[in-house]
Amino acid sequence: MQYQSQRVAYPYFIAALLLFAGQVLFGMIIGAQYIWPDFLFPAVPFNIARMIHINLLLVWIIFGFMGAAYYLVPEEVEGEVYSTKLALVHFWLFLAGGVIAVVGYLFRIHDGREFLEQPDSVKVAIVIVVLLFLFNILMTMLKGRKRTSISIVLFGGFVGLAVFYLFAFFKPANMVVDKFFWWWVVHMWVEGVWELIMAAFLSFLLIKLTGIDREVAEKWLYIIIGFTMFTGLIGTGHHYYWIGTPAFWQTWGAYFSAFEVAPFVAMVAFAFKMVAKKSREPENRAAVLWTVGTAVVSFLGAGIWGFMHTLPQINYYTHGTQITASHGHLAFFGAYAMIVLAMASYAVPKMRNMQPGTQKAEMLSFWIMVISMMFIALSLTGAGIVQVYLQRVLAMPYMEAQGYIKLFYGLRLFFGGTFSIGLLVYLYHFFTPSKSGTAF
Amino acid sequence: MTKSSAKNIFIGGTVVFTVILLILTYNSLSSPTLQKRTHPENITEQVRWGKKVWEKHACIDCHSLLGEGAYYAPELGNVIKRRGEDVVRTILQTAAVQGWGTIRRMPQFDLSEKDIDGLVEFFRWMGEIDTNNWPPNIEG
Ligand code: HEC
Ligand code: HEM
Ligand code: HEM
Ligand SMILES: [Fe+2]
Repeated sequence: MQYQSQRVAYPYFIAALLLFAGQVLFGMIIGAQYIWPDFLFPAVPFNIARMIHINLLLVWIIFGFMGAAYYLVPEEVEGEVYSTKLALVHFWLFLAGGVIAVVGYLFRIHDGREFLEQPDSVKVAIVIVVLLFLFNILMTMLKGRKRTSISIVLFGGFVGLAVFYLFAFFKPANMVVDKFFWWWVVHMWVEGVWELIMAAFLSFLLIKLTGIDREVAEKWLYIIIGFTMFTGLIGTGHHYYWIGTPAFWQTWGAYFSAFEVAPFVAMVAFAFKMVAKKSREPENRAAVLWTVGTAVVSFLGAGIWGFMHTLPQINYYTHGTQITASHGHLAFFGAYAMIVLAMASYAVPKMRNMQPGTQKAEMLSFWIMVISMMFIALSLTGAGIVQVYLQRVLAMPYMEAQGYIKLFYGLRLFFGGTFSIGLLVYLYHFFTPSKSGTAF
Repeated sequence: MTKSSAKNIFIGGTVVFTVILLILTYNSLSSPTLQKRTHPENITEQVRWGKKVWEKHACIDCHSLLGEGAYYAPELGNVIKRRGEDVVRTILQTAAVQGWGTIRRMPQFDLSEKDIDGLVEFFRWMGEIDTNNWPPNIEG
């Protein structure tokens, strides 16, 4: 760690990991309700547990992003964080907002749109938190000695995150218009501005871990995010095939989103090439594993699983089935969960002033979680194929078709269990650093 | 390619594709298009209320609506055509007093007559949207 104030990132990673555990707990609850519908019903019905599952997901990822940014930016721009006090203030504000929202959900206090279930008051609090964060990062950049492409792209990604979130406040009476702009939050985040954030972290990690030349890394960064923007912006059209929007989207959406795999291919190539060309043996092997891993698994989840159902001829049948859930899990985990874990793996030992140590447990947890998530996605793909055939092709009623899919839901829950074990191994390793690492 | 040319391509391309997106967006949401595809004139007070009730109970986190939402319960965009108004009404009434469903169940929501009327009108309006022929069959 080069700057004392980078340490302000530490509580962010801790909060992120605890909320991650909460997310997976609620994932297990809804996974169980698929098999035993009376489990926790009616105290915690499926919709409430599901909104907690996906909201905790968003909150912990954003905690991770912010923490990673507080670690990264000082080192990039060569200067202390502008105000660590401010960083802690909005840390607690965000944590309080997140926890209050989730507890509120249990008492049926929520809005009614997927991913955006936060009541308006919580939405406003989130905007305030993000503005404070943006201000703090911007001031850090202005006061720093340098301005690198990585820090600028990262900042741009966060500005985009904030701007597109504003569409969450727009709730028109016409459901078609509502749905149209709902995607300007969800799609523009995960297939747009969040990819900028991810690519910036990836470039930073590869420079730090392999000692490659910054000019080369930053050129790759611009190529990756160029691909993201050229394909992802109009690629939004892959959500406008069947929701009351004009048919021309079937052409625009198909052509552009088909190429959305490009940035993920570029990230895989970037990661492998740089690791192969490394100018020194990395001391933190777990961080390398997460870094290469996030490139590969996001390529699978977003690139391959995304492409699988993005053409209208296929999406006509798979739209809104377990195929979508399958893709959503592998993509979110591979891209955004894993990039946060990669940054944590790199930054946390440094913030603790410790050598990374053996990291055996951490690497074990990597493999357990990655393989489990692959199998969760495969189980859901199986479920989706059966569902599409029975319900969409043979026109079997929804509930009847579900009866034939039980086996796959059982598999999903089983691999959710192994995923949870992997996460516990990870948390155990994380919270008992003295067992594996040594202090400087 | 140098870093600065990569950067310029990124910026130029982003601007160009943003402009195209905005043009397509305008074309999608201009009044004649919306008129033709969604019949906004039929969004009555009841339909508006129905949407509010829909959001108040987060139906979207069990059901899908035009294929978006959750996958735990049936698609509802075309539910009036599938079940008929009377059956939908009965389902919502029983859900209001005792919960409803066979294996997977729908919670009890304490829906009022006004809520149920709103939801039915909301579903009826949703059912008239031009979805380019989706879903493939009535089962959604
Ligand atoms: C906890 C999950 C859950 C929530 C929340 C929920 N539902 Fe349901 N709903 C179900 C399930 C499960 C079924 C199918 C039950 C069956 O067929 O046995 C269903 C069935 C229906 C049906 C009949 C569909 C058909 O084709 O048979 C309608 C209409 C309906 N729900 C409306 C609503 C509305 C309106 C709301 C919000 C006020 C809502 N539901 C909220 C779970 C839910
Ligand atoms: C990291 C990047 C990505 C993430 C995190 C992600 C996540 C998701 C999620 C959560 C959904 C479900 C949304 C809902 O609730 O309705 C979804 C839908 C979808 N995604 Fe992605 N996605 C990513 C990238 C991609 C890419 C690159 C493609 C295409 C090439 C793609 C194609 C689709 C399509 C077509 C749908 C709609 C599915 C349907 O019709 O039901 N996604 N994505
Ligand atoms: C490990 C155990 C997990 C289980 C059992 C589980 C289960 C579930 C279930 C049952 C749903 C609801 C699907 C539906 O509507 O029918 C869901 C949704 C979702 N989960 Fe998980 N989940 C787990 C972990 C995760 C992880 C680790 C992530 C991401 C990092 C994740 C991301 C999501 C997303 C994005 C959705 C919304 C998908 C969509 O709308 O298509 N889940 N999960
Ligand atoms: Fe998308």
